Amino acid sequence: MSEKENNNLLEVKAVSKFFPVHGGFIFKRKLGDIKAVDRVSFQIKKGETLGLVGESGCGKTTTGRLILNLEKATHGTIRFDGKDITRPGKKENRVLKKEMQVIFQDPFGSLNPRMTVREIVGQPLIIHRVTTGRAEYMQKVDYLLEIVGLNPAMADRYPHEFSGGQRQRIGIARAISLNPRFIVCDEPVSALDVSIQAQIINLLEKLQEEFGLTYLFIAHDLAVVRHISDRIAVMYLGNIVEVASRADLYNNPHHPYTRGLLSAVPVPDPEVEAKREQFVIKGEVPSLMNPPKGCKFHPRCPRALPICHEKSPLLLQQTDAGHWVACHNI
Amino acid sequence: MAKLLSVNNLSVHFSTGNGIVKAVDRISYDLNTGETLGIVGESGCGKSVSALSLLRLIPNPPGKIVGGEILFEGRDLLKASKEEICDIRGNKIAMIFQEPMTSLNPVLTIGQQVAEPLMVHQQMKKKQAAAKAVKALKKVHIPDSGMRLADYPHQFSGGMRQRAMIAMGLTCAPKIIIADEPTTALDVTIQAQLLTLMKQLTVETGAALIIITHNLGIIARYADRVNVMYAGRIVEKASAADLYKYPKHPYTIGLMASVPKLDQDVKARLQPIEGQPPDLADLPEGCAFHPRCRHSIEQCRVNAPPLRTISDDHEIACWVDV
Repeated sequence: MSEKENNNLLEVKAVSKFFPVHGGFIFKRKLGDIKAVDRVSFQIKKGETLGLVGESGCGKTTTGRLILNLEKATHGTIRFDGKDITRPGKKENRVLKKEMQVIFQDPFGSLNPRMTVREIVGQPLIIHRVTTGRAEYMQKVDYLLEIVGLNPAMADRYPHEFSGGQRQRIGIARAISLNPRFIVCDEPVSALDVSIQAQIINLLEKLQEEFGLTYLFIAHDLAVVRHISDRIAVMYLGNIVEVASRADLYNNPHHPYTRGLLSAVPVPDPEVEAKREQFVIKGEVPSLMNPPKGCKFHPRCPRALPICHEKSPLLLQQTDAGHWVACHNI
Repeated sequence: MAKLLSVNNLSVHFSTGNGIVKAVDRISYDLNTGETLGIVGESGCGKSVSALSLLRLIPNPPGKIVGGEILFEGRDLLKASKEEICDIRGNKIAMIFQEPMTSLNPVLTIGQQVAEPLMVHQQMKKKQAAAKAVKALKKVHIPDSGMRLADYPHQFSGGMRQRAMIAMGLTCAPKIIIADEPTTALDVTIQAQLLTLMKQLTVETGAALIIITHNLGIIARYADRVNVMYAGRIVEKASAADLYKYPKHPYTIGLMASVPKLDQDVKARLQPIEGQPPDLADLPEGCAFHPRCRHSIEQCRVNAPPLRTISDDHEIACWVDV
């Protein structure tokens, strides 16, 4: 991708993450690599939300973790605000933690059950020495809780006293406590009840407007991703197969996988449903240990050509509006 | 259409440390032959418990079916003896459970598990049952089904395990199939494959299907009629076409407005239902939804509304006309 404008907050260039697989009982032999993320490139502009969708095991969470430096990239470079952050030093890493934060999927597993809400939300403030003095600390935590729609009077309670939606709000308060510029939202609503999901999505949108946040929004629910994202990248088995603006991707999907994914999501309206084209993808996601040769999607693809069995397609730009597709047969 | 099953005033209570939880509170509905009924609601609304109680699968204690009747083929399942109910389970009424990972027995082969209902209910010999199991697996599109019979569940992927569950549920050609969140644990493309397959197989055999889910889209695509549940009660009952076109209960309306849809305008903010789902052990007085309801009136705080008919085949439990 050749856009050289400098309003990109994040640039991910040909980043890969391979996890080695070992076998054998006494002498551990390396059997091969799981290519969780394989030469993935994308950019996120300032203030933008990039949605990253795909099925389980496609590498979307690993991509988020690579950006946050929770995982070391095997190849490639990641630039944040123009600086290379692929392998940050200790000091640099500390600074970066203030700039980028994460909201996790599981509101039950991601909060320490032995800490009060005040300790959870306030811990980043203490670690990074943002507040001076107890009064300011207390005030700041109260303020954060209020922003995410929780009553500050509940700050001394423990996570188990809260419902899933409220816990997710606590996680969000913690993520914004250091005024980050960039947040990775890793499936932030998929563990929540339907009526609560909308509350959290609206909160994330409100925070984005208020603080000018940039999001990488990872999810498998295409309807949610469509609602919140400006641009969307679709991943399949470690590769990005299509990137486009929201309107382009949903109105004019090019890649057969994207089309199948979209048609698999039912619309809550029986009349619309009856008229929609049903495009069912056959088969199941192959193992990452032993992915198919050529285009990884070809065994399930209804439009596969002979070349798809041999050569893996490159992600190429189709339109000026920034619609990129990796497919031999568009 | 002939009435196949009718549930009248069914109540299921659980005794917990915090008191009695009314997981299902006086619900009534009918199921006709060959139709697909969707039961939709959020976690803890009693949709799974209401389905489990059809087969008397409620663990007792702590759970107990405290009242009502379930009429199936002219008899009350709640009064049936243990032997009678065992004869119905998996034979006339089959269940497909939520988690294909945990609901198959890990120490038995897939073949043994798919063939078991045939040997129990139709007194088939091992060989005969195995041959039929191969056919059943083939029907749900498991490749090399003859060879996979000897595999254990862990050798199957999630989607294949759920296929095996479907095969198991369908082997005895049941009259009713209950699918409890059949695809929640699966990826969307697999979800679409399996639900379409299930619907197709029930159309072929003429069985009635009950789909339990929290996903309004799945209901829209596959169900003929819908029960919407909230806090243990049915709050709205209608044909699927009617429900989506003219939702009448404030909860249903709220639920529909709160989910992003693939075909709607994007920049509009979602309209969430404010507040939290209630704690079943500590339900509010009157209508359980009133603390979250925009239209609540004085009466809602005092009396729980009964279901009332508002048009042909459309009932709601609400005091207000929204």
